[in-house]
Amino acid sequence: MAVLRLRFTKTKRDKLAQVLWILNWISVVTGVILFSLGLFLKVEINKRGELMAERDIQYVPNMLIAVGIIACAINFLGGKICYDCVDTTKFLRWKLIMLPYIICTFFFTFCVLVGALMCYSMHGELEESLNLGLAEAIRFYKDTDTPGRCFLKRTVDMLHIEFQCCGNNGYKDWFQIQWISNRYLDMSKKEVADRLRSNVEGKYLIDGVPFSCCNINSPRPCIQQQITNNSAHFNYEHQTEELNLWMKGCRQALLEYYTHIMQSIGLTVLITWLFELSVLTGVRYLQTSLENVLRQGDLDSESDGWLLENSFMETARTNLNIIKSLGKSNQIDTQPKA
Amino acid sequence: MVVMKMKFPFQKRVKLAQGLWLLSWCAAISGAITFSLGCILKTELRRRAEVMDNSDIHVVPNTLMIVGLASLGINYFASKICQDALDAGRFPRWKNMLKPYFAVSCFFTVLMLLAVIMSFAMKGSLESSLKVGLRNGIRFYKDTDTPGRCFQKQNIDRLQMDFHCCGNNDFRDWFEVQWISNRYLDFSSKEVKDRIKSNVDGRYLLDGVPFSCCNPSSPRPCIQFQLTNNSAHYNYDYQTEELNIYLRGCREALVHYYMGLMNAIGAGVLSVFLLQASVLVSLRFLQTSMEAVAGNENTEIETEGYLLEKPLKETIMEYIEPVMKFFLLTNQVEEGTPGAPAST
Repeated sequence: MAVLRLRFTKTKRDKLAQVLWILNWISVVTGVILFSLGLFLKVEINKRGELMAERDIQYVPNMLIAVGIIACAINFLGGKICYDCVDTTKFLRWKLIMLPYIICTFFFTFCVLVGALMCYSMHGELEESLNLGLAEAIRFYKDTDTPGRCFLKRTVDMLHIEFQCCGNNGYKDWFQIQWISNRYLDMSKKEVADRLRSNVEGKYLIDGVPFSCCNINSPRPCIQQQITNNSAHFNYEHQTEELNLWMKGCRQALLEYYTHIMQSIGLTVLITWLFELSVLTGVRYLQTSLENVLRQGDLDSESDGWLLENSFMETARTNLNIIKSLGKSNQIDTQPKA
Repeated sequence: MVVMKMKFPFQKRVKLAQGLWLLSWCAAISGAITFSLGCILKTELRRRAEVMDNSDIHVVPNTLMIVGLASLGINYFASKICQDALDAGRFPRWKNMLKPYFAVSCFFTVLMLLAVIMSFAMKGSLESSLKVGLRNGIRFYKDTDTPGRCFQKQNIDRLQMDFHCCGNNDFRDWFEVQWISNRYLDFSSKEVKDRIKSNVDGRYLLDGVPFSCCNPSSPRPCIQFQLTNNSAHYNYDYQTEELNIYLRGCREALVHYYMGLMNAIGAGVLSVFLLQASVLVSLRFLQTSMEAVAGNENTEIETEGYLLEKPLKETIMEYIEPVMKFFLLTNQVEEGTPGAPAST
């Protein structure tokens, strides 16, 4: 009993072939879109590569790029096949290739689905990577004279300005590390010496933040030094002041940004997957109906098209037997020939 | 005396019509591009409208948009005319429209050239507008509680950070203005009282700049206060320090940005102008060569095409006369003389 049998007249078959030809070309375009989305994600991740610790997050854009290229190739071939299917004589050329092609495309659509799901699963890895990377970046903020880290200050400052955030979790992260290099500290001054001595590890810690944490929406000039000291500034209360500095942490800001990008990409890939699946179904119907027509002999008659010839269980059993017999052909035949 | 006479055999006329049809569609697309360039320029100018004193500079994008739209219409009609040109039956219906059509097209093409010239020539107007606008912006930086001025601080901060600039001419402009509002000054403090007393107008001036002047590329944390006092900061020399704050003035930065944009747009629109002018010239040749065919039974004869029937001055007078007559006539009617036509 065939699965989802449909009857196809000659005109219906021709129309199906033409429609599938157009749909395959549209799929090539969606393949290009997938490729460019993967490329965009790769560029965005590399742009902030300095702020991310070593984690396995490159696999998502790489997967998207690979899937995009393969989708282009498969659908290009599919377009050629469907174009030739209108003419039954040309179909004979493709007859043997069509079934393997359909099976390959079926497994490929699984890859597309996996690609879409990966976009949503990257969240945890990304958060971990950003957490470690930002903590490192803040620690090395002052090392503008160390090769390999001299641009970290600029990167962190631009991050604060662009994403309107401060520190890893919040601005208090800056109170726990020394972000002013010793090169710019006057060690002969009493105040500096006191502060260094009061710290266990000899670090110069202050309750101040870099200028890039300043909020431009604040009505008063930015207070970046002695933030927790209410008496140091006129008409200032540290606990209720919200507009002075950026309150959001950069990890959360970056995570929101990347999650937004990946959700959009994931949605696009899901839609592409559904589209590919429908094109594949059409190609399968076309293939079965053309094969049946050839079996019947009369090229202009009606024929049946189906998804599977027998029911799902029987087809699975037959295929398993085929695979088993392939394995058996490697064994030496121990029975004596009659 | 005819201007630029050329011979047109039948095949040449056919080729001219076909080429012109294609060219006019290209020119139509270029007209659409000109319109969108005008829109882009207008949007960019409006983004920083708060630091501009007047909107004189907006005449450039406005002209570009008008010319772009007009060019779409002109080229649409051009393509229709050359489609009908080779058909002797359909061409005569355009006869009456062609003279005003050419007048209008020439006017808008010249306007396009004027827009290009203006985009290069209006630098001075832009600079003076920015000078006044920025000066006001810096003066009202502290007035975040005054309605109408509460966003000046935000605008100036954002401007300085986006364009990597500080102040109007340079960062010293901030030394001459009180940019910290009295609301945040502790008047019981001796230091504040001294500083205000030492100033003639009773203003709180200091040698410091807002945080938005800070340069992120500096290797050391930003020094924004006591900029001219070398001893206030360790290992700091005010005269040689270049990376601490932005040294460029915002007026120079903005003029540079907008002139770059307008020069690029001007160059593009110049090429559109050349394309449009060639469309009009070819159309004129096609029209005159087809008019000579009219009336003849044999449409495949060789004809002559020209640009202008009479010399340039006479043609201009011919076009301007009806316009002048119209204006003079209305003037005379207003003065009370009953409808006497002006003597020509």
